[in-house]
Amino acid sequence: MKYENQPTLPPPANTIGVIGWARKHLFHGPLSTLSTLLLAYLAVVLLGPLIQWAFIDANWVGDSREACTAGGACWVFIEQRLGQFLYGFYPGDQTWRLNLSFVLLLGLILWLAIPKLPAKTWVAGFTLLVYPFIAFLLLRGGLGLEPVETHKWGGLSLTLVLAVVGIVASLPLGILLALGRRSDMPIVRTLSVIYIEVWRGVPLITVLFMASVMLPLFLPEGVNFDKLLRALIGIALFQAAYMAEVVRGGLQAIPKGQYEAADALGLGYWQKMILIILPQALKLMIPALVNTIIDLFKDTSLVLIIGLFDLLSIVQAATNDPKWIGYATEGYVFVALTYWIFCFSMSRYSLYLEKRLHTGHGNRA
Amino acid sequence: MLKKTLLATVSLSMAALATQTYAAGTLDAVKSRGYVQCGVTSGVPGFSVPDDKGNWAGLDVDVCRAVAAATLGDASKVKYTPLTAKERFTALASGEIDMLSRVTTWTLSRDTQLGINFTGVNYYDGQGFLVKKDLGLKSVKDLDGATICVQSGTTTELNMADYFRTHGLQHTPVVFDTNEQAASSFDTGRCDAFTTDLSQAFGLRTRMQDPESVVALPEVISKEPLGPVVRQGDDQWFNIVKWSLNAMINAEELGVTSANVDEMKGSDNPNIKRLLGGESGLAKGMNISDDWGYQIVKQVGNYGEAYDRNVGKDSPQKITRGLNNLWNNGGIMYAPPIR
Repeated sequence: MKYENQPTLPPPANTIGVIGWARKHLFHGPLSTLSTLLLAYLAVVLLGPLIQWAFIDANWVGDSREACTAGGACWVFIEQRLGQFLYGFYPGDQTWRLNLSFVLLLGLILWLAIPKLPAKTWVAGFTLLVYPFIAFLLLRGGLGLEPVETHKWGGLSLTLVLAVVGIVASLPLGILLALGRRSDMPIVRTLSVIYIEVWRGVPLITVLFMASVMLPLFLPEGVNFDKLLRALIGIALFQAAYMAEVVRGGLQAIPKGQYEAADALGLGYWQKMILIILPQALKLMIPALVNTIIDLFKDTSLVLIIGLFDLLSIVQAATNDPKWIGYATEGYVFVALTYWIFCFSMSRYSLYLEKRLHTGHGNRA
Repeated sequence: MLKKTLLATVSLSMAALATQTYAAGTLDAVKSRGYVQCGVTSGVPGFSVPDDKGNWAGLDVDVCRAVAAATLGDASKVKYTPLTAKERFTALASGEIDMLSRVTTWTLSRDTQLGINFTGVNYYDGQGFLVKKDLGLKSVKDLDGATICVQSGTTTELNMADYFRTHGLQHTPVVFDTNEQAASSFDTGRCDAFTTDLSQAFGLRTRMQDPESVVALPEVISKEPLGPVVRQGDDQWFNIVKWSLNAMINAEELGVTSANVDEMKGSDNPNIKRLLGGESGLAKGMNISDDWGYQIVKQVGNYGEAYDRNVGKDSPQKITRGLNNLWNNGGIMYAPPIR
């Protein structure tokens, strides 16, 4: 008698492919089936009109509100005002300067983000020490470039200026404050604690109000600080307090052994911090740090209460133009999508960074 | 206790600063700077709003332009500072702006306590009621027992309550967080009427499904005279702003428009002559050029033109002139004579 293994049968048809997947994930038992059907119903009910409004009935081309006849979304409004939403009142023939400075920044960030590219230290130094001056020169003018006063800045570019300056200025300040708060020197520690607690204890809106309403009254006659600069300083000082607490969290997560080991090696305080502690701590802080940065990016829209035309506020102003009155929904959808794209990219990048820097230290799984 | 003392000190020094800064010399500052700094809203339809090129337009903006035309001979020499309602008086007091033209209601407390002066009225606003035309309502009296959409927490809500109580009428207010919500709820039939300041009501009306079917009732139940504001303590500048507005109103009364101003310059009418600078020395007290009136009308237009262009019949809001018509035309817009 000859024994022969039968060929392996394929899995049952209803456990593989689309059907199998659906059975396993969508229709797994009565509760799952019910919720799937309910959600599908809701999606059809809710998304249907939305798609109808945003795409099918929408108007895409034209040059005035007369073009919006189909009854759906009037994207003509966004199209006509896009330049203003991006650049504010920046003179039309000078917008290349905004583009150049942001492309440059993006290039530098990408260089730092892509692991294969060399000379990271130099590029980082350039980004932090030289780039701000180039950007300031490009945006503000000078050295042969036509000066553009800050009250003409606006739109997405102003939002980015506020966010980038806020982040770049508050991170180093926050690190110093966090180190100060954990310092053994009583005066430094007390001052850091007072600073952090005071700034964390007031809402950003109050800080902006102080900067724009109170501060000018205390300045001597004729001295007028630029309104944008006042807002920037306010945001940076405010944000530094939050950064400090994030950094402190990172510092406290480093096991005591690391500090002691650094001491045993005979490293001084700054060597210990810069070479041993901070590189490990910063890695642990990434999720919290990105959280704070995303927060800040969205918080910049608060400047609308001091009359600066950031992305949100310039869209609001445009919806008040008698020529475009009544298209506020389109404007807000545009703003929401723009914010979402920026925040989502930041959060994806932070996930990637976490994975790449995950070297198995610490007690995370 | 300490808090109170601190607060008192702060408010005292604020008040002191507010009255002391820039006691004089605004005109000199404007001339040497080469532009007028004007505080406006960050977007109120018809009054001050930036267009797609970033140029400001509106009835309030036209006052700024008139002042620039009078002082510098060029209506475009204005730097606009968008301000929120809370910031506006500080910005004026601190010298960040030379004049404020920002839908600001002239009231006693503002005029006497904030170190500011109102230079006149460029728009008589007031609270009114919008209703659907097909209801056939003739007056607010017909609204007895009606439901009325209104923005919460504003004087609008209180004014309405007062008015209905004093007239012995019943009403059910339906309150909303913003005017836009209140207006759209009225539009969808949630209420019988919608109340707010008329200038805004007409702006909101343009967003409704069928603007033509919505009308305003004749009663205006509150006084909201809006006008340009300057700092106290510089009477010359106060006069310039005041008479720039007056020149626009006088020009309309005399029939001088931006289109016919050049031929009107040769007119024999002494009033027109004086307005357009035909009689020298009139502007000496303001220390500006004799052709100031001509520049205003030529570059900005008369009050009627500014009204029609921004809020009136040539604008989307199409607000009827009403109170803002000239005194000899059924309204109360009246400017002292130029002579």
